[in-house]
Amino acid sequence: MTTVEAAATEVPLRINGRQHVVVLEPRVSLLDALREHLDLTGSKKGCDQGTCGSCTVWIDGRRVLACLTLAAAASGHDIVTIEGLADGDQLHPMQRAFIEYDAFQCGYCTSGQIMSAIKVIEEGNAATDEDISEFMSGNICRCAAYPNIRAAIRHVRDEAGGRP
Amino acid sequence: MSAVGTPVTRVDGPAKVTGAAKYSAEIGLPGMTYLAVVGATIASGRVTAIDAEAARAAEGVLAVLTPEDLPKIAAEPHLLPSLVGGPAPGESFFPMQDDVVQYAGQPVALVVAEEYEQAQHAASLVRISYQPTKSITTIDEGRDQAYEAERLFGGLMPARSERGDVEAGLAAADVRVEVAYKMAANHHNPIEAPSTVATWDGGNLTLYESTQGIRATQQTVALLLGLPIARVRVITRFVGGGFGAKAMVWPNVTLTAMASRYVGRPVKLMLTRPQMFTSNGHREEQEQRIAIGATRDGQLTAIRHEKLSITSPFDDWAEPATGVSSQLYGCENYLGIHRLIKGNTMTPTFTRGPGESLGVFTLETAMDELASHLAIDPVELRLRNHTPVDPFGHPWSSDGLVECLRLGAERFGWSDRNPAPRTTRDGEWLIGTGVAAAAYPIAFFMPPQRARARIFADGSAIVQTSTQEFGTGVLTMATQVGADALGVALRDMEFQAGDSDLPNSTAAVGSAGAGMVSSAVHAAGTALREQLIALAVGDEQSALHGAAPASVKVADGHLTSAERPGAVDTYRELLSRNHMSDAEALGTWRPPPLDTPHGLLTFGAQFAEVAVDPELGLVRVRRLNGAFAPGRVLNPLLAHSQLMGGMLWGMSQALLEGNHMDPRYGRWAETNLAEYLVPVNADAPEVRVDFVDVDDELVGPLGAKGVGEIGQVGVAAAIANAVFHATGRRIRSLPMAPELVMDPAADGQ
Ligand code: FES
Ligand code: FES
Repeated sequence: MTTVEAAATEVPLRINGRQHVVVLEPRVSLLDALREHLDLTGSKKGCDQGTCGSCTVWIDGRRVLACLTLAAAASGHDIVTIEGLADGDQLHPMQRAFIEYDAFQCGYCTSGQIMSAIKVIEEGNAATDEDISEFMSGNICRCAAYPNIRAAIRHVRDEAGGRP
Repeated sequence: MSAVGTPVTRVDGPAKVTGAAKYSAEIGLPGMTYLAVVGATIASGRVTAIDAEAARAAEGVLAVLTPEDLPKIAAEPHLLPSLVGGPAPGESFFPMQDDVVQYAGQPVALVVAEEYEQAQHAASLVRISYQPTKSITTIDEGRDQAYEAERLFGGLMPARSERGDVEAGLAAADVRVEVAYKMAANHHNPIEAPSTVATWDGGNLTLYESTQGIRATQQTVALLLGLPIARVRVITRFVGGGFGAKAMVWPNVTLTAMASRYVGRPVKLMLTRPQMFTSNGHREEQEQRIAIGATRDGQLTAIRHEKLSITSPFDDWAEPATGVSSQLYGCENYLGIHRLIKGNTMTPTFTRGPGESLGVFTLETAMDELASHLAIDPVELRLRNHTPVDPFGHPWSSDGLVECLRLGAERFGWSDRNPAPRTTRDGEWLIGTGVAAAAYPIAFFMPPQRARARIFADGSAIVQTSTQEFGTGVLTMATQVGADALGVALRDMEFQAGDSDLPNSTAAVGSAGAGMVSSAVHAAGTALREQLIALAVGDEQSALHGAAPASVKVADGHLTSAERPGAVDTYRELLSRNHMSDAEALGTWRPPPLDTPHGLLTFGAQFAEVAVDPELGLVRVRRLNGAFAPGRVLNPLLAHSQLMGGMLWGMSQALLEGNHMDPRYGRWAETNLAEYLVPVNADAPEVRVDFVDVDDELVGPLGAKGVGEIGQVGVAAAIANAVFHATGRRIRSLPMAPELVMDPAADGQ
């Protein structure tokens, strides 16, 4: 049998405000581009099938699963990863709250949880605990830190007066 | 001030919330290549041909390895739990040595390529021809071949436990409960897949490995490759969850090392999610039966507890299920048996709450049935059967069961309960509450544990041991313990782990991690402190010169003595006066002997409230309360998280998790996270955790009994008992899927 392999090409990617150019085959996912080609390993691969949420990043301000997004398709868009949240040593309030409320154990789902958690508040889906748990249910935490994740989100929501 | 016992946040918190923490597959090495594993699609038979031509021709492919290309292993692997401290292969089998297929998913070919996508694609091009033979992958298929196991765990533990005369005890009982359960297989599914990066430098191998046992990995790979242990180094910075999946050393680790040697480049393997169902063990499909006899006032007269499960063709493996049922309550007549069926699966392995969590499920649901037959409150029934000694008459190293039941009942509001089933409603929903006792054995199979403590001239200090952080909080707790033992402030102490070059620490399994590591770290910190105190009292220039060493106290790096009011020396000044750039000491903790005259269980009590939709059979857990007596709590914030996570695992075991073999193909029916259900945020209720203080001087210098498993134990039983209270139905299978809960045939059972 014959196989057709499309040649790798240069793909410009704007990540955390910085412009990168990576040489990638067209089949490379955004997640693998980040992890294997750009050493941005904060975004995690938990399933590579769109079921766990650990690869959650923002594209043009919306939460997206990087394992189900082709890198080439993300070109020309604004990509934000967990590495783009802190301002130097100054953590994002959600990052601080995750530490304070012990909202993780092994930490492997944590990047995705935080990327989702910030958006859940921005989307206006964090008014009640029920809302939070519903709209955070795309992010699996096998360590089951869920009650603490909700506590961290409540804390950030209330500190921000219910607004981002 | 003591750092131990305070709720300090995780020392690795900032690294984890910023994405800076590096897990094993995130190690970048120049010239990295990617490994893809081709797994067998049949469960039993032979590989008759491998056509690798298309794969070899695919772009970027460096090698396609079949059994012909792969070297033979240097020694046969023999299963032995990693807690013992030696090599710990997960199964007494190594794939790709010949053409035999023993289970579906077994590696049959390897592909190494320049890029991840190239390796995955080429793996899909490898054509394997098989000659299948009839497989056995379910209990139903192999029931007539069941045999009683003699020993479990590679011979480590007896499979039968017996005392008194169980049949006579049952015959003499006023009331008997006899029940049987079917329990589906479970898969650990940590979110980080097992990952290996292997790289060779001459004859030296370095592995970056996601493991719960760095030294177990080092020794196993050295054994299989015929290398001196000193030539294998294992580095593990962070592990994205284990739950038992990474407690033993599975073939893929050694295969990655072999592939790396073959291509002469670093090789990375990250198993795919579907491969995680056939590569790192699972909790076996099983059936349990229990018969309990009791007097009219609820005193147990006999317990007979049997487990039947599927193991692999090459190992007598069963998670032991009778360790708790044989000890938890005072009962003269007991029989515990494990029966096995050899099937075409890989060797099953430890899964959180190994064995005993399902053993306790069986015992504690039967106790609930007994309570309802006798019209005795379920909490009261357990209190009546409490025993202060184990079956040999040895007192518990520490107890707390009674206190846990009482405290849990009080916090939960147990006394408000109407005991009659199917009487409480909230709108359409039926409401029920349930209780179960929890206990988990403590095992001292490990060899001596060591740590090294070192202090520098500026007063900063470090403690090291070869453990690994997979979410237990060990980095944080060991920092606290080390700071206290040496007598320095928390900010001056750093704990370093994750490297097999560091002093010996055994695999963190069976809740043993915190106890082992804290004991070794305590020993090292104490040894260094004593060395420095001796230096100070012998130093003519020290304000403490001549003081009795035992009178010297150290806190925040300051040495004082009750014999010398007002006199102070400091570690910094002491070291610089003596022209020392640092000082170090090794500390060793020896576990108590296996025949210590003590009962060894960690105790707790679980309470659950459920709401059941009678039409749809949906069970929603509304509340979980646990009370635990895990000995010294090193860090209440982190212990709370561990216990809470365990309790939600118990909920999941009760309601969500189960996999089934498709007997036609001998393959698992569910091989991804969309089909194999694990809890999501919306499944998880609020969880309350309370602690009962118990002193335990036996289990280690700090008295920590461990919190990794006990949180998970008993929860499923409390939920099942609550489902009965809500509906009047006893569900005889796990997980308690809606179709079982809505089935009126279960009424009154
Ligand atoms: S890795 Fe993308 S959803 Fe799991
Ligand atoms: S912290 Fe381990 S999976 Fe969430």
